[in-house]
Amino acid sequence: MREQPILRILTKQMFPFILVFGFYVIAHGELSPGGGFQGGVTLAAAFILYAMVFGRDEMHRIFPRRVSDTLMASGVLVYAGTGTYCLIAGYRFLDYTAITPSNPGGAESWGMTLVEYGVGITVSSVMLTIYSEITEPADEPGPRPL
Amino acid sequence: MIASYRLIDLILITLVIVTGVAAVRVRNLFVATMLMSIYSLLMAMVWMNLDSMDVSFTEAAVGAGISTVLLIGTLAQTGTAEKVPARVSWTAVAIVGLTTAALLYGTLDMPRFGDPKAPVHVHPVSVGYIEQNVEKTPDAGRNFTPTPPLPPHQGDGHHRNDYFHGHVPNYVTAVIVSYRGYDTMYETTVILIAGMSMVLLLRRRRKESP
Repeated sequence: MREQPILRILTKQMFPFILVFGFYVIAHGELSPGGGFQGGVTLAAAFILYAMVFGRDEMHRIFPRRVSDTLMASGVLVYAGTGTYCLIAGYRFLDYTAITPSNPGGAESWGMTLVEYGVGITVSSVMLTIYSEITEPADEPGPRPL
Repeated sequence: MIASYRLIDLILITLVIVTGVAAVRVRNLFVATMLMSIYSLLMAMVWMNLDSMDVSFTEAAVGAGISTVLLIGTLAQTGTAEKVPARVSWTAVAIVGLTTAALLYGTLDMPRFGDPKAPVHVHPVSVGYIEQNVEKTPDAGRNFTPTPPLPPHQGDGHHRNDYFHGHVPNYVTAVIVSYRGYDTMYETTVILIAGMSMVLLLRRRRKESP
């Protein structure tokens, strides 16, 4: 697929727009349909498209395995960290009022956005990891998986 | 006279059933994967027709998008044809039939679709969440009569029925992330564990044989 100029150019054109849409979906989770999960999958789809057209090694060059492994865990850390911050600030776990106690409604909005980013980061990097691990051809001869 | 959206629903449901049966019957796994993708896309349209945009979005992104890519990636590693032609197991047919009948019987107790008096709409918590959305967007809650605002709580000076002062108009997210925040946190953890399993199971195999 690497010699197809139309696919290559189209992918390069679409890649940033898919990323922007993914971040839009994550950031507007509390305002419009969508949220961390859907936005994260959209972000992963951008990188999967890149990997399909340019090859997995090229995708790993712009988004290394070490980065995706770290992001996978740090998304959950963002989520749980938001909850723990509320706990430390004297409220209940995941009681977002702790973020700006003078304005509980705005605090809910903030907390949800943070949490959605956590979900989005985890989901996108996990989906990317699953894709790149599943499609990796087995190098050694011998029994193939499944 | 049948309403137009009911007609669309009927067409979509028919297509969903046809696609589902075809996906089960077909022997070529690539064809089956594409049929499942079409099935998901049709289901996304069904959800959209039911005004549940969040579910529709998830179905389109995950069911029709990512799952198809992952299944095709797996098929590229394995084979594309089912090895053993499946025989009809009448025991399984009987169990599935009985379960279907039981589920259909269960739906008889459910309130009419869109009934504003349904328990899920009159519970105090859902009233609060629904009022987030009423009058924030033109179409939301069009079948819902908002209750008059209750007096402010003692202590925190905002109305009981508007928890978020209109900051969170999408009450699906409000329920998922705020009301059921623990649930979503552990769902995210499950996804993390899935990713970790992929790394642990499949990555080491490659590292040992460069």
